[in-house]
Amino acid sequence: MAASGHVTVAPASRPWLGRVALLRIGFVLTLLVVWEALAASGLLYQDVVPSIRKIAAALVAVLADPAFYRNLGVTAYEVAFALAIGGAAGLAVGILIGGSRFLAAALEHYLYYLGPTPKIIFFPIMIMWFGVGPGSKMAMGALSCFFPVALSAAAGMREIDTVLIRVGRSFRASTRQMVAKIYLPAMRTPVINGLRLGLGIAIIGVLLAETKLSNQGLGFMIIQAYTLFNMPRMYALLILVFALAALVNAGVSKLDQISAPPARQ
Amino acid sequence: MRTATRSLIGARLVGAAGLVAVILVVEILIRLAIINPFIVPLPSEILLSFGRVITEEQVLSRFMLTAGEALGAGILVTMVGVPLGILLQRITNLRAAFETWVAAFAAAPVVLAYPLFLVIFGRSAVTITMIGFVAGLAPVILKTIEGLAGVKPVLLRVGDSFKLTPWQRFWTIEFPAAVPTIFTGLRLGLIFALINVVGVEFLINFGGLGQLINDLAERYDLPGTYAAIVFVILVSVAFFAAVQRIERWLRPVT
Repeated sequence: MAASGHVTVAPASRPWLGRVALLRIGFVLTLLVVWEALAASGLLYQDVVPSIRKIAAALVAVLADPAFYRNLGVTAYEVAFALAIGGAAGLAVGILIGGSRFLAAALEHYLYYLGPTPKIIFFPIMIMWFGVGPGSKMAMGALSCFFPVALSAAAGMREIDTVLIRVGRSFRASTRQMVAKIYLPAMRTPVINGLRLGLGIAIIGVLLAETKLSNQGLGFMIIQAYTLFNMPRMYALLILVFALAALVNAGVSKLDQISAPPARQ
Repeated sequence: MRTATRSLIGARLVGAAGLVAVILVVEILIRLAIINPFIVPLPSEILLSFGRVITEEQVLSRFMLTAGEALGAGILVTMVGVPLGILLQRITNLRAAFETWVAAFAAAPVVLAYPLFLVIFGRSAVTITMIGFVAGLAPVILKTIEGLAGVKPVLLRVGDSFKLTPWQRFWTIEFPAAVPTIFTGLRLGLIFALINVVGVEFLINFGGLGQLINDLAERYDLPGTYAAIVFVILVSVAFFAAVQRIERWLRPVT
């Protein structure tokens, strides 16, 4: 589902459906058939695997429900703040650490080892600090997002061509000018990559926090469908969340191509 | 060389000293009531409650449960991921059809589907292990493909000149040559599995170390909650460091 946009176009000399496309179609069809068989078999409790028709109906119902868009708005707002705060902090720390060998030796291993720890366990603290509302979800997202952005910005800083830095120095650029005119443009690709990773886990952080404790947002909708045992609705919501996450991910990847500087003459 | 190591150690000491200084400043700010002690407990109190949390909350059995779930997920990931990777690498059409899908799956927020796992497997250690498994699967598949595809042509030609059968060629040349890359995948898979295991334990309030934090937070035992979080972080960091060591130890010197 997530990568359906990547279907390769077969060269014109081949039949209109290549083997690869046939394999993909076959795989999806098998999956659907197995799913339907499982739904009809009664092996699992009723509705644990609802029929595809039920899920499709739920999908339409969710898409027609104004509450979905309201909750989507809440989640998007929380993720946007999380990315802005966590991304900016990560970028600043990454530039500082990447720019100084001493700071890198002193601090980078903390980032490196804290980065992959499960962030959601900080949620009780975030609730105490920022309350049960959107604040604690933004904090969760920002905390998750901070580490990949900081680490890739630090790595990006170290890869900047020293010639560029010397050019900046010889023009006596101020720190602000150095950051805006030299560092950021030169490390665009690692930074965008870090932001892409950061955005991905900010979305996870926010949504998980919403499933744990909240009264709005997509995470809340999913856990509410689970609590009411409305399985078709839960599947529909999960499909939508996964599709949206894939869409956002693809969008940020495109950002790198769009913002690429024109080729040098 | 020696001065470089010495300055590295010096910098690390400064980093650690900075961390201690920050903690001391927080302690002083709380004692001066500039930071609310009902939101952030005294660091000294957190330190003292470590012993209490470890002796009174069955930390050892919790740790064993979490480690067992992560290990179970790790074994499943190895048993399913490596053969799938081999299959995808062997059959060109399969790889062309599904490698991008596996990559997309690696980036998908799988853990969000935990209510689905709850419905299918119940609120049990099986659910947690299965989420760990699904979360760790993609990197193992991708790294297995990468490792097998990156075998040096020289090695393959040696095999050809010995007239090895495809079966022999695979087991004596290709697979051993791919092992270091596969281990990188297994390390990533294990880390993903552990993160998701602890996270889901916390979310569904079941089982090991993740539940410990949830428990203490619900009792509003502030120093205990902070101590438990620090403890879990330390355990995961020790785990990452250990897995990394093992990987480096297994990787032949190139």
